[in-house]
Amino acid sequence: MKKTYKIEVDCANCANKMEDATKKTAGVKDATVNFMALKMIVEFEEGADPKAVMKEVLKNCKKVEDDCEIYF
Amino acid sequence: MNKKQKKVLTRIIIAAVLMITLSIIPLKGTVRFLLFMVPYLVIGYDILRKAIKGIINKQVFDENFLMAVATVGAIILGEYTEGVAVMLFYQIGELFQSYAVGKSRRNISELMDIRPDYANIEVDGAIEMVDPDEVEIGTIIIVQPGEKVPIDGIVLEGKSTLNTSALTGESVPRDVSEGDELISGCINLSGVLKVKTTKEFGESTVSKIIDLVENSSSKKSKSENFISKFAKIYTPAVCYGALALAIIPPIVLMILNKSPMWGEWIYRALTFLVISCPCALVISIPLSFFAGIGGASNQGVLVKGSNYLETLAKTKYVVFDKTGTMTQGVFEVSGIHHNEMEDKLLLEYAALAECHSSHPISKSLQKAYGSKIDMNRVTDVEEISGNGVIAKVDGKQVAAGNNKLMDKLSINYKDCHSVGTIVHVAIEGEYAGHIVISDIVKPQAKEAIDALKKSGVTKTVMLTGDSKKVGDKVAADLGIDEVFCELLPGDKVEKVEELLSNKSEKDKLVFVGDGINDAPVLSRADIGIAMGALGSDAAIEAADVVLMDDNPLKIAKAIKISRKCISIVYQNIYFAIGIKLVCLVLGAVGIANMWLAIFADVGVMVLAILNAIRALFVKKL
Repeated sequence: MKKTYKIEVDCANCANKMEDATKKTAGVKDATVNFMALKMIVEFEEGADPKAVMKEVLKNCKKVEDDCEIYF
Repeated sequence: MNKKQKKVLTRIIIAAVLMITLSIIPLKGTVRFLLFMVPYLVIGYDILRKAIKGIINKQVFDENFLMAVATVGAIILGEYTEGVAVMLFYQIGELFQSYAVGKSRRNISELMDIRPDYANIEVDGAIEMVDPDEVEIGTIIIVQPGEKVPIDGIVLEGKSTLNTSALTGESVPRDVSEGDELISGCINLSGVLKVKTTKEFGESTVSKIIDLVENSSSKKSKSENFISKFAKIYTPAVCYGALALAIIPPIVLMILNKSPMWGEWIYRALTFLVISCPCALVISIPLSFFAGIGGASNQGVLVKGSNYLETLAKTKYVVFDKTGTMTQGVFEVSGIHHNEMEDKLLLEYAALAECHSSHPISKSLQKAYGSKIDMNRVTDVEEISGNGVIAKVDGKQVAAGNNKLMDKLSINYKDCHSVGTIVHVAIEGEYAGHIVISDIVKPQAKEAIDALKKSGVTKTVMLTGDSKKVGDKVAADLGIDEVFCELLPGDKVEKVEELLSNKSEKDKLVFVGDGINDAPVLSRADIGIAMGALGSDAAIEAADVVLMDDNPLKIAKAIKISRKCISIVYQNIYFAIGIKLVCLVLGAVGIANMWLAIFADVGVMVLAILNAIRALFVKKL
């Protein structure tokens, strides 16, 4: 299952870091962060609950880039 | 500028004024230190905070950390002005970057501003505005002049011209009247249209295009992946380099019994840290692709991802489908030969004789005749399948058909040298001449092939299911290098695979089709370009690049846009990495001081961003 989320982040490198952090989160199969469009596309693993996974994703992203936001 | 940016600007101005004032006033000792701390904290408090948070979260090597270490280091060495200046210029650079990115984001979304805000429906005789999402299939909507067509549909009432430029990049308006299909995203120019919707908003052309464009830069190119990998290695590498530069030379000097000059080497190491920020690269590469894709969509060329833009730039082989791509796919009368009577009259007889048939050939005869056909003049129609028609027109017996029909009636006919379908006409058993009907080559086709060759394509190939005679003729007329004829759809895939295996890996092959029954070939080629895709969902799905109208000149345009974008990307990569390396070397040997380092860092970023934005301007390519 793929879902797109709107994000808020200031620098391109931070967006790359968010992408890495998201990919490493449990329940996420793959993720792309598009800095120019300010969007995050997350592909979830089967059976994963997107809401719960996204909470973890946001927590992990906050770790690498304090100044970011994901709207879900 | 948004609120955040304005706040940063205010801080920059305050810090700059304070810094300049303080550097003029002669101060000494603790007072000087304390006074300089004011502009330093004004401009750098958030960076310091982020750096500390980064360390707590075990994310040490980011630009905040680098800037914090470099400036704190400079201040400890007593270089107060430089410490503040580095922070100041770093913030100026960041502000410029965020402004430029925000601006180009807005620019590009304006270019693709085709999203309709509302749809008009008629309720009890009054027009009501509703959200397009709420309109069901089969609803009747009203489109006023000046409004965007919100949902795909069919015109029930009214006549108008449409501006399709937001979709196709073409400025020539399109006429529509009753019964015509209407594509969402066009702007209604002149008359009021009553439209019956045939799709939901989410399935309409306009939604599909918006979706495609918005998701396009999510497929990352090799250059983008290279840069994010590079940034991951570069920053730590430079940090360790700086550490080595601060420690090793003084120790070596000490061993050699010379003065270690700790201050000097630490200063050089701090200069290193200032140069180590990969910001210029990290921002300018995705920005170039984003601008390139945005500029292309404005020209009616939709690219589904930056990886495709990158591949497209390496195009050496272009393979076309004939019908619908190079030709219009519409049959037209292209010649009338060997007739003694007037062309018009011969055409009239042929058109009348064939008036009951709905075959494309008959239709093209009727179209060429132009006037309204009076069916009462035609009697005793006899259709001979695979041969033609025999009918009485105004009481005269008219036979219209191919060679076989003439043979059957034992009429002496003259063969034709022209390429196309030949309709022989005999009146009262006498040969009256023949009409040549052929698929018309698109007016821009030849120019398009020339443009492709000029843009660096080495080989053009045409694939067609048509006869060899027709295929060879079209290829020769247009200057296409190679042509393969009489192919079934499956054969086309095989041919493309053959071409793919015969070329070198780095030369890319593009297949251009009209998206109708060539989806397998579109996905097999390195890049599949679908043209005339306005309203064809299948083509939009299957292709990597979608040309919104059916003008073959856009193929060369798409390639040129991609080449421009990629060359900007490479310019930025070489320029940014090059300048940084030079500064690193100069910094290590002590020629470049911290001022030069910060100018190099911010300056490179500003130039790289300005260069990246150039990718947006593709109209004149």
